[in-house]
Amino acid sequence: MSERTDYLDLDTKDETFLDATELVLNMGPQHPSTHGVLRVILKLDGEKVLGTECVIGYLHRGVEKIAENRTYAMFNPYVDRMDYVAAVSNGLGYCEAVEKLLSVEAPPRAQYIRVILTELCRIASHQVWLGTHALDIGAITPLFYCFRDREEVLKIFEKYCGARLTTHAFRIGGCIYEAYEGFEQDCKKFCDAFLPKLDEYEELLTTNRIWVERTKGVGILNPEDCIALGVTGPVLRASGVKWDLRKAQPYESYKDFDFMIPTGLHGDTYDRYLVRIEEMRQAARIIRQAVDGLPQGPIMAMVPKVIKPPVGEVYHSIEAPKGELGYFIVSDASTQPYRIRVRPPSFVNLQALDKMVRGLLVADVVAVIGTLDIVLGEVDR
Amino acid sequence: MKLAPLVRKILLVDLIKGLKVTFHYQPPSEAITEQYPLERPVIFERFRGQPRLNSNPDTGESLCIVCNLCALACPEQLIVVKGERNPATKRKEVVSWTYDVSRCMFCGLCEEACSTDALELTQDYEMALYSREGMVLDQAALERGPEPVKYAK
Repeated sequence: MSERTDYLDLDTKDETFLDATELVLNMGPQHPSTHGVLRVILKLDGEKVLGTECVIGYLHRGVEKIAENRTYAMFNPYVDRMDYVAAVSNGLGYCEAVEKLLSVEAPPRAQYIRVILTELCRIASHQVWLGTHALDIGAITPLFYCFRDREEVLKIFEKYCGARLTTHAFRIGGCIYEAYEGFEQDCKKFCDAFLPKLDEYEELLTTNRIWVERTKGVGILNPEDCIALGVTGPVLRASGVKWDLRKAQPYESYKDFDFMIPTGLHGDTYDRYLVRIEEMRQAARIIRQAVDGLPQGPIMAMVPKVIKPPVGEVYHSIEAPKGELGYFIVSDASTQPYRIRVRPPSFVNLQALDKMVRGLLVADVVAVIGTLDIVLGEVDR
Repeated sequence: MKLAPLVRKILLVDLIKGLKVTFHYQPPSEAITEQYPLERPVIFERFRGQPRLNSNPDTGESLCIVCNLCALACPEQLIVVKGERNPATKRKEVVSWTYDVSRCMFCGLCEEACSTDALELTQDYEMALYSREGMVLDQAALERGPEPVKYAK
């Protein structure tokens, strides 16, 4: 019995996936350098990236929906769980938005305490970013130093409000906790000790040849694209746009402080690194000024026990460590918000990924995700 | 290439600068690792941990007046307080008190709502269990408070 070969097409050469010019590769969701559970579908030509698509939603907890069946005060702890690296900033944004809706203002002392904690939180958030970003690129040492120094910030948080990460530090109308004994000294001590440490990080990275080669000219974003995509925060400022909500629309007591907005020239990963490093210095400067000028007085404004804002809607945004963090709240005069929509900086900044990585190599995708400083808890909410 | 960067490159100036930082932290006195559980971290007074129901130290009576404010303040609705009015003393007394620690996020809203200092979040942080049983605390367990495990060499 002869073998049947007529159904086999032996003449034409089969194209295998190895011969294909384009390759689709899944990066994540369990990839350590996606900083959480981000899945990026990469279209590759060899090592070259032709296009990307982000798949998000792996950390979706429905925070905005939860808000609809919690009272205003009850929802406060949940906002800490969006950007869990900068929980204090989230709390500040939410409390201010509800205060705007109620047309109350926190007393000056509360405002200063808020500013101090938010700036400490900015430093802590940037330290996490620097540590993990450097780790992604291959420098392991800064991670340990950053986390060691971040511990001091977390200790101040724990002493002040009793929690390290999901702090729930502020309440609608001010702060519930009075500054503990030695709060000012702790903050000053931290600032004094932190600036030399920051110089150490810079010694490790700024002129390091591997770091410079891996970051300079990688992931360039020009200012027009930044604005078109709605990118905010250090990513926008590194492209040369001087836009910081602390200066542009001063909230809290930011108009009392003297600080600078660092901007970059090229909009590449290296510039974003320099901008964030400088931001940490400026944050330390703000903390010093706020501690020196900490006024006496009440820390809580007159807020009714049961918060029932009038019918209306409000949008309030603050400069979180990652960019513009906005809260849009619709009130129907009941104790629960009708709708809360959060404008998270990470979610909007992530849009720029495709624009930044086209034409780069796969290894640069890791660097670009790191430089965007995304937190998936905030992207998915 | 300019001369200065080339010299820096050949002499590995930047590398040595970085190594200086890392070697500066080499002596054991610079180590900051805590040898848990033998070495315990310092827990600050305002820390929000395992809940406890306080009672009057003189009489041993529970400080809870069954006002239900904690249960109303809790975002997760994990506190259930049931009480009955005692006709003899004309005061509300606790019938059952449960606190589901497994769902608690230690936001501290219940502690703030409490009108008599009865409910308190203590400094105990060792709440890990092998199963979910025993995570719903009743009045007796809450009044006993946390029982930290002592470790010894």
